[in-house]
Amino acid sequence: MLEGKKDGWKALIALAPALIFLIVFMFFPIVNTFIMSFMENFQFKSGAGIFAINHRSTGIGFGEYINVLRNPLFITALKNTLVMVVISVPISIILSLLVAVVLNGIKRFQNVFQTIFFLPYVTNTIALGMVFKVMFGTNHGLVNLVLSWFGVGPVAWLTNAASGGYWSSLFVIVVYTVWTGLAFKVLVFLSGLQSIDKQYYDAAKIDGASRGRIFSKITVPLLSPMIAYITITSFIGAFKSYENVIAIFGNGQYTFGPYGNTNMWITVVGFIYKTMPNMMQAGALSRASAGSVILLLIILAFTVIQLYVSKKKVNY
Amino acid sequence: MEVVLQHLSKHFTDKKGNVAKAVTDLNITIPSGKLIGLLGPSGCGKSTTLYMIAGLHKPTEGKILFGKSDVTNVPPEKRGIGLVFQNYALYPHLTVRKNIMFPLENMKMPKEKAMKLAQQYADLVDIGKLMDRKPKELSGGQQQRVAIARALVKTPKVLLLDEPLSNLDARLRLQTRVEIRRIQRETGITTIFVTHDQEEAMSISDEIVVINNGLFQQMGKPQEVYDEPANLFVAKFLGNPAINIFEGEIKDKKLLIDGIEFDHGFNGEDRPVLVGVRPESFRLDTEKGKLPIEVDYTEHIGRDVTVIGHVEGQTKTIRIIIPSEQLATIGDAKKLKFTPKRVYVFEQSGERIK
Repeated sequence: MLEGKKDGWKALIALAPALIFLIVFMFFPIVNTFIMSFMENFQFKSGAGIFAINHRSTGIGFGEYINVLRNPLFITALKNTLVMVVISVPISIILSLLVAVVLNGIKRFQNVFQTIFFLPYVTNTIALGMVFKVMFGTNHGLVNLVLSWFGVGPVAWLTNAASGGYWSSLFVIVVYTVWTGLAFKVLVFLSGLQSIDKQYYDAAKIDGASRGRIFSKITVPLLSPMIAYITITSFIGAFKSYENVIAIFGNGQYTFGPYGNTNMWITVVGFIYKTMPNMMQAGALSRASAGSVILLLIILAFTVIQLYVSKKKVNY
Repeated sequence: MEVVLQHLSKHFTDKKGNVAKAVTDLNITIPSGKLIGLLGPSGCGKSTTLYMIAGLHKPTEGKILFGKSDVTNVPPEKRGIGLVFQNYALYPHLTVRKNIMFPLENMKMPKEKAMKLAQQYADLVDIGKLMDRKPKELSGGQQQRVAIARALVKTPKVLLLDEPLSNLDARLRLQTRVEIRRIQRETGITTIFVTHDQEEAMSISDEIVVINNGLFQQMGKPQEVYDEPANLFVAKFLGNPAINIFEGEIKDKKLLIDGIEFDHGFNGEDRPVLVGVRPESFRLDTEKGKLPIEVDYTEHIGRDVTVIGHVEGQTKTIRIIIPSEQLATIGDAKKLKFTPKRVYVFEQSGERIK
């Protein structure tokens, strides 16, 4: 592989810091999680360190996977996550593409608008969530104030499902998710748009292509590598979502909904996070691990499908 | 379709307010059905002129007429032009067929008819067998043909080519320029092409327009422009090897180089002038030759011999082309005498006197 032995050592030394961190904080936990997920009723044994292999369990197999998949909370979490992914990802991609195209088209104040759109990216997500919570407040919220101008009565946005808060809070979550994720996507699309040779647009203009056709036949195909990249990372990101729900309801780290309905918008990561802290309880860590592995498999499946599709579609 | 440029100017203003005059007061009438070469050094404004005709650049001043109709403010897609870009600008994600069909699809032509037309024009430019390839799977010459087919397929009234041969290697360039000539003849479309290569322009154009620094220099049939350059710039720009320029003077209405009389009958005061003689326009005359040249070396290029030397007392290198059968006469001579057959006389400012 490496030509001289000396070079091999040099390379290893240079890579060592990154490698050590990756091994300790990535590869080891992944393997550990994987092992734990198969150990039924896994429990910590005092003084044995953090190695899964050392611990007590009642058996090895798919038992904890079955437990997780039978757990109504996990099913809710999975359903919630899928709903958020399916709604927010397409909206955010299409919206960010449109914003990027419009931004790219304007000449004046482009930098100003670019900065405005980029602000959410550099702002703390919890802080943004608090702002959203206030804005969508039932009695003093800005959104309800604006709605009242149009004669729409106060909407209880972030209320429990029993009071009809399911769709309204989903709406807030989607708006929040789309908006906070917009900045990065717009930035990627904008840089993609700016790297497209202007001659293609001149050529299309001379060929008599309408604006719509220029967008669909020139811009989108030439931007397809960026679109594929954003689609894949957005799906992965959306499947991992958790902090958006926490931020919007703002009732604490294990609450995923309004008072009285704290699991209303629990996500898969939320489920894992909520299951894990009882680690002294037999099986808690196994179930959290099994949930993680299931999430990994779902994300993997989606990514493989997308890579396959993008290979067919992104071709120039 | 006749193309008329009236007082056409294009000035670019940058962010700091500096104005660059790319084209200034151009007045040209391009006859219908002809192949016209816009010729000039790079940065002379010829591409800018082409883009103004295409409608991609808006003129700062002046008018552009297609036939009798003023198209100055008509958007490019309504001008009925085809444009071949220097880098071809083929859509990289579309096949050759789709690239050629693109303008037709924009006109909402039925698919079957569009495919038939695309094939017809692909055959015309000899790429009919490459229809399902992507541009990156084609050579430069093939890409260029696709670009021409795409420009032609909508049967434009005017075909514009921006440095169409500059991305091709030397052999392909020769071949393609013949091809462009053939396609233009076959279609009879008024064609304007931009080039900095004088040989290229001269070889295929019906007429050439020489531009320098955004200013019109001369227009005419290639041979006429070559034989009767309007000024020093045109004389220097056309011809390879370039015209020889001697420092001469007008004294008592006579033209002298190095004190030797070459011509007479000049008006005006005594003044220094520049004298141009084309390399092939010398006659070797070892006995009575008027111009003594000190020979530095000779180059043999088969058909001809190039003698490289200088006039005694002047540093400028002179190139003289003589038929190779005269080689024996030269021998190893260090000094040769020549008589110029045709002499062009220019003022120091570049204006032609004779």
